[in-house]
Amino acid sequence: MADLTSTFCGIKSPNPFWLASAPPTDKEYNVRRAFEAGWGGVVWKTLGEEGPPVVNVNGPRYGAIYGADRRLLGLNNIELITDRPLEVNLEEMTRVKKDYPDRALIASVMVPCDAESWKSIIPRIAETGCDGFELNFGCPHGMAERGMGAAVGQVPEYIEMVTRWCKEATDLPVIVKLTPNITNILAPAEAALRGGADAVSLINTINSIATVNLDLFAPEPMIDGKGTHGGYCGPAVKPIAMNMVAEIARNPETANLPISGIGGVTTWRDAAEFMALGAGNVQVCTAAMTYGFKIVQEMISGLSQYLDEKDMALSELVGKATPNVTDWQYLNLNHVTKAEISQDDCIKCGRCYAACEDTSHQAIEMSADRTFTVKDEECVACNLCVNVCPIEGCITMKTLEKGEVDPRTGETVGDYANWTTHPNNVAACSAE
Amino acid sequence: MSNTPLTPGITAGRLPEESYAAQFSDLHPVLDEHEALVAADRCYFCHDAPCMTACPTSIDVPLFIRQIMTGTPEAAAKTILEQNILGGMCARVCPTETLCEEVCVREVAEGKPVEIGRLQRYATDILMEKGEHPFTRAEPTGKTVAVVGAGPAGLSAAHRLAMYGHDVVMFDARPKSGGLNEYGIASYKAPDGFAQKEVDWLMQIGGITVVNGKKLGAELSLEGLKSEYDAVFLAIGLAGVNALRAEGEDKGGVLDAVDFISELRQAEDLSKLPVGRNVVVIGGGMTAVDAAVQAKLLGAQNVSMVYRRGRARMSASEYEQDLAASKGVQIFYNAAPVAVYGNGSVTEVEFEYTAEDGGTLKGTGETFRLPADQVFKAIGQTLDGVPDEVEITGGKIAVDAVGRTSVSGIWAGGDCATGGEDLTVTAVAEGRDAAEDIHAKLMEG
Ligand SMILES: Cc1cc2nc3c(=O)[nH]c(=O)nc-3n(C[C@H](O)[C@H](O)[C@H](O)COP(=O)(O)OP(=O)(O)OC[C@H]3O[C@@H](n4cnc5c(N)ncnc54)[C@H](O)[C@@H]3O)c2cc1C
Ligand SMILES: Cc1cc2nc3c(=O)[nH]c(=O)nc-3n(C[C@H](O)[C@H](O)[C@H](O)COP(=O)(O)O)c2cc1C
Ligand code: SF4
Ligand code: SF4
Ligand code: SF4
Repeated sequence: MADLTSTFCGIKSPNPFWLASAPPTDKEYNVRRAFEAGWGGVVWKTLGEEGPPVVNVNGPRYGAIYGADRRLLGLNNIELITDRPLEVNLEEMTRVKKDYPDRALIASVMVPCDAESWKSIIPRIAETGCDGFELNFGCPHGMAERGMGAAVGQVPEYIEMVTRWCKEATDLPVIVKLTPNITNILAPAEAALRGGADAVSLINTINSIATVNLDLFAPEPMIDGKGTHGGYCGPAVKPIAMNMVAEIARNPETANLPISGIGGVTTWRDAAEFMALGAGNVQVCTAAMTYGFKIVQEMISGLSQYLDEKDMALSELVGKATPNVTDWQYLNLNHVTKAEISQDDCIKCGRCYAACEDTSHQAIEMSADRTFTVKDEECVACNLCVNVCPIEGCITMKTLEKGEVDPRTGETVGDYANWTTHPNNVAACSAE
Repeated sequence: MSNTPLTPGITAGRLPEESYAAQFSDLHPVLDEHEALVAADRCYFCHDAPCMTACPTSIDVPLFIRQIMTGTPEAAAKTILEQNILGGMCARVCPTETLCEEVCVREVAEGKPVEIGRLQRYATDILMEKGEHPFTRAEPTGKTVAVVGAGPAGLSAAHRLAMYGHDVVMFDARPKSGGLNEYGIASYKAPDGFAQKEVDWLMQIGGITVVNGKKLGAELSLEGLKSEYDAVFLAIGLAGVNALRAEGEDKGGVLDAVDFISELRQAEDLSKLPVGRNVVVIGGGMTAVDAAVQAKLLGAQNVSMVYRRGRARMSASEYEQDLAASKGVQIFYNAAPVAVYGNGSVTEVEFEYTAEDGGTLKGTGETFRLPADQVFKAIGQTLDGVPDEVEITGGKIAVDAVGRTSVSGIWAGGDCATGGEDLTVTAVAEGRDAAEDIHAKLMEG
């Protein structure tokens, strides 16, 4: 079995699976159960300042969207940071860390945006024995209106400033958690780096309305006839999160900044994908909230089997795909593929036909006996048929070799050439 | 001149040569990858899952199904085999309809359980086809254990003990290992020599010496084993059979169903195996169903299964009864045999209808006769060959929850011992648990 021991910005844990700061990490009882189940680390539910804690709504906090068979794909929440007193959380963190010295315990923090608030709370929390801090600049609701969370995370200068305060207040690693509710993730990531952050983690939740009640005409979760936007997470946000991780990983300025990947991680495969794109470890919230702590066992067995099969160390996986993330303009326009339908696997549902005939390139032929075949002379290789086919692996993309003729264009497949040199590109630099 | 199902008497080759393979092929063919993924997708990953509780070996069903779902069937197989080293056989023979699948929340909600047994087979087949053995033997401990009986209970115990580093010698009276996996299970549940393949795969752990053709009570004595080994595990199953107690049961053509089945399982060529035109099977358990169905599959024209009590009391599950009916076996309930007729060999069996009267079974006085060239008795197996010094209760070796018998240093499990149903999976669980206890005891000091 592969060694899954992970070191993330200096913090060691027996595996790269951490629970994200959220209800699963809101108290000692949960965290102990999580560690017993096998989680490598936890980011404790975000702590606020001393004094009366925040309050949560007393009606529903969550909304959801589902796939087939009521599989939860996206979760929307209007919960705030911990609503338990700071003192209680600190005592619990101290006890847990003492009993589980080999697991990572990170304190997530969010206090008002002034130096005194941050500089006084950080050393106090450090007394718990925690391994590092995560600055919550992401919470998209409730706290933002109070000038915290996303309100800081959306202003790079604030991120830099607060990060610097925290770095001045502690020697422990400081992770800055980024909000995805911005236009370009590089600005906050670079700001964090300038402020001295040891790592970034992303994404926090995305502004969202999950569902609308069509009898009472209000967004859900609905509190006494009203709703508010919440934060979206779960499998549905993974593609958005992965793109942001990749952007930071391949940006020269932030390339060496460790990234903790968050957003929709549900299986070992999701984790491996995040890590291949450059995440040093992953954090999980919705999957644990949907299935319980035990899912980490599948992540552990799956990732270690994968690494064994690839004969690869965990550290080698990190960033393995990053060099292959590029800009559109550098994609090889002479890479020509054609869809191919395996008649043995085809169940003749006709979905590929409907998709291609109605909305794409009329490149699939349907015979009287419902045999579906691809017309190479029409197929632009868009992949839509592959995506809509209910049978995995039934439609595949076959690559034309160099020298073959593309029956659609009549052109011979040539060497690598991209948009920057394409004749249709008025800005193209000539090949001389 | 070729035979047909209508050929009188007991004869071989009632079917066209080429049809035997199809007749005896897999009852539930293995799932392909797509089917497995669709089936796995239905699992809810229940907390404290009912399926897991219902499995006598407590396989972590939700975890292994999730591992299939995420494309790691090898990891799934390991999850299964950690709890149940014969997970491959159990996937084929467990009456899932009365175990894990009966309580699957989707059975309860929709009448259609997650196909746990078939998914278990999908995963274990993939691992075993790779020839991989996912466990390694610990450093030798120098302790020795004798396992008597190489059926599911014995194999399971031997593997676990060998894994812990003990030296195991596994004795069996029969020429092949596997117990009823090899000699009893219906052939369409585990075709293609799966029982032996599984035994060979299991032996890869190392540290197990197999000694066949040695019988406790004949070549072996408990005293001898006790003095020679640090511990003894008895897993001898139920080697005896009950008598009908009907007049004329010693006539030709009247056989024990288990003997018929074992002959069938060992037959090189099923077209050479004789079967009657009219076959009557007496009994209401899995053995009766298997004998009846396989007689039908061999080409018998009429196969009847006669059980002395009502349908609800039958120990074969509803699924098994339906399986028999679907193969053309006619089932008679509430009828007990009174006499076997025939001049030397059986020609007819007479039954009397029965009624249950406050728990006791009484004949109603009304009788009927069924024509029969062959009669298979399947009215239960009995314990045979256990030395007197070991305490017996209710016809089985008395054991506690971890398999200890009344004699110190001797454990027992599987069909020969008290506790649990007489099933392959139960035998595996008991073998494993006894091995754990033996290991703990041996390492005490
Ligand atoms: C016809 C039939 C069909 C069945 N079908 C199913 C099914 O579909 N599903 C299911 O779950 N269960 C089924 N069962 C029950 C299942 O086979 C048994 O519960 C299981 O095999 C018990 O395992 P065991 O190891 O205790 O005994 P066995 O499998 O009986 O193994 C005992 C071993 O001990 C050996 N032995 C016996 N006496 C001695 C001795 N004195 N000295 C040395 N060795 C000895 C025997 O040769 C044998 O190899 C079936 C049983 C029968 C008879
Ligand atoms: C109910 C709920 C509460 C959350 N609370 C916090 C929080 O207090 N602090 C924080 O940094 N993130 C919080 N998050 C965001 C998660 O930590 C995580 O970034 C997000 O859910 C994406 O990961 P996922 O797709 O695995 O759920 C919360 C998420 C949920 C669902
Ligand atoms: S979508 Fe897939 S299965 Fe359906 S007709 Fe097309 S190729 Fe066949
Ligand atoms: S061993 Fe049998 S009862 Fe247990 S889960 Fe597998 S098929 Fe079900
Ligand atoms: S009871 Fe059914 S749905 Fe639930 S975990 Fe078991 S197999 Fe899956």
